[in-house]
Amino acid sequence: MKYLDEFGDPDRARRLVAEIHAATTRPWSVMEVCGGQTHAILRHGIDQLLPAEIELVHGPGCPVCVTPLEMIDRALLIAARPEVTFCSFGDMLRVPGSAGDLFTVKAAGGDVRVVYSPLDAVAIAEAEPDREVVFFGVGFETTAPANAMAVVQAHDRGLANFSVLASHVLVPPAIEALMASGTSRVDGFLAAGHVCTVMGTHQYAPLAARYRVPIVVTGFEPLDVLDGIRRCVVQLEAGRAEVENAYPRAVTAEGNQPAQEVLASVFEVCDRPWRGIGTIPASGWRLRAEYADHDAERRFDVGAFVVEEPAACRAGEVLQGLIKPDECEAFGATCTPRTPLGATMVSSEGACAAYFRYRRSGSPAALRGG
Amino acid sequence: MCLGIPGKILAIRDDRGTPMATADFGGVTKDVCLAYVPEAEVGDYTIVHAGFAITRLDEAAALETLAMMDELGVIDEELGGESEGSAP
Ligand code: SF4
Repeated sequence: MKYLDEFGDPDRARRLVAEIHAATTRPWSVMEVCGGQTHAILRHGIDQLLPAEIELVHGPGCPVCVTPLEMIDRALLIAARPEVTFCSFGDMLRVPGSAGDLFTVKAAGGDVRVVYSPLDAVAIAEAEPDREVVFFGVGFETTAPANAMAVVQAHDRGLANFSVLASHVLVPPAIEALMASGTSRVDGFLAAGHVCTVMGTHQYAPLAARYRVPIVVTGFEPLDVLDGIRRCVVQLEAGRAEVENAYPRAVTAEGNQPAQEVLASVFEVCDRPWRGIGTIPASGWRLRAEYADHDAERRFDVGAFVVEEPAACRAGEVLQGLIKPDECEAFGATCTPRTPLGATMVSSEGACAAYFRYRRSGSPAALRGG
Repeated sequence: MCLGIPGKILAIRDDRGTPMATADFGGVTKDVCLAYVPEAEVGDYTIVHAGFAITRLDEAAALETLAMMDELGVIDEELGGESEGSAP
């Protein structure tokens, strides 16, 4: 149990692991929705500490991975325009589009800049009024409040040269789609803590009831993840299916009210294609018509373009928990973080990248020569 | 993008009606918008996503998280920017 020493509080980790073992009598599949939790699980070998009956299924909660290819291609076309300064979180730069990525655009002379906060992009728009500043607004409910405020600020300051290419995704409709598909093997969910910090936990109760699945709101540290798994297993063994908050230090039932108000004023719900998964109804946010002037999708006519996903990539199956990354032929061979075929190999939250980073040695895929 | 780092608020100022803070993330100082946690005060710890505080966090929990993140070397990754993409 060498891993336990890395847990900050090894005794607590040991107790949690023992409790999970003691509670488990039957096989259960538990999906961690969030990519941050996937990385914690792989990094600390949490899956290997669990009873053989418990399978952890990695979910679609990596915003970089599920941003639709069509949106990436649109971003590349906008970023390549000479009048545009294209601002993005660093994670998005290597995400492969149909042809190339934002790095390619930058290398070809495009003005692509990495920002830490969308407000940095607003500041650029203010300082450089001759540039068309576009911010690539991706992410789940956690990142959306930041992007919403950038739109509000640009609007209030009359920055006509600032727009957002908005492609937000929402967690509850994704859980709904997975369960409604009928093919899901998932018995219980770990829900992403910080999404609930913003949105609260009330959206999950109807899902837990309708699909008879426990949903445990969990943090990102290894002990949080272990505790989340423990509570999920205890519920499953008892035949309960409730929403449980295992992350009360950062999550309340009602969530962050000021953030929810701004979100509601800036965004409206839309159908959204998820890369590799397909369109999920009412699973995204786009800018409301009131902010059309700041909507890059409406501002920049990029014409028709062909969207083409590399055939070898099985990221869609990975994102739905149908296969593990190392079951993909390309994993570690033709597909590595340096030469990613799919977005799940790029992102610091992607499952393929997590397997590559923490699971490669000794795995058959590594022997194939990655 | 999603982990969120605890930052300690060092100073608070008003930027044209928006409360902004300078916050310390295990030795790195960054600007943080407090619009969504307006009750935050100097000395408080907050969880920060994309430059926005989304909730307060008690000090013990924050320090534990920071120590963990520091050990794992993910603070730079989450603060983004400098490295242009977090793939190693
Ligand atoms: S290993 Fe690469 S090619 Fe295979 S599913 Fe993951 S990203 Fe796609």
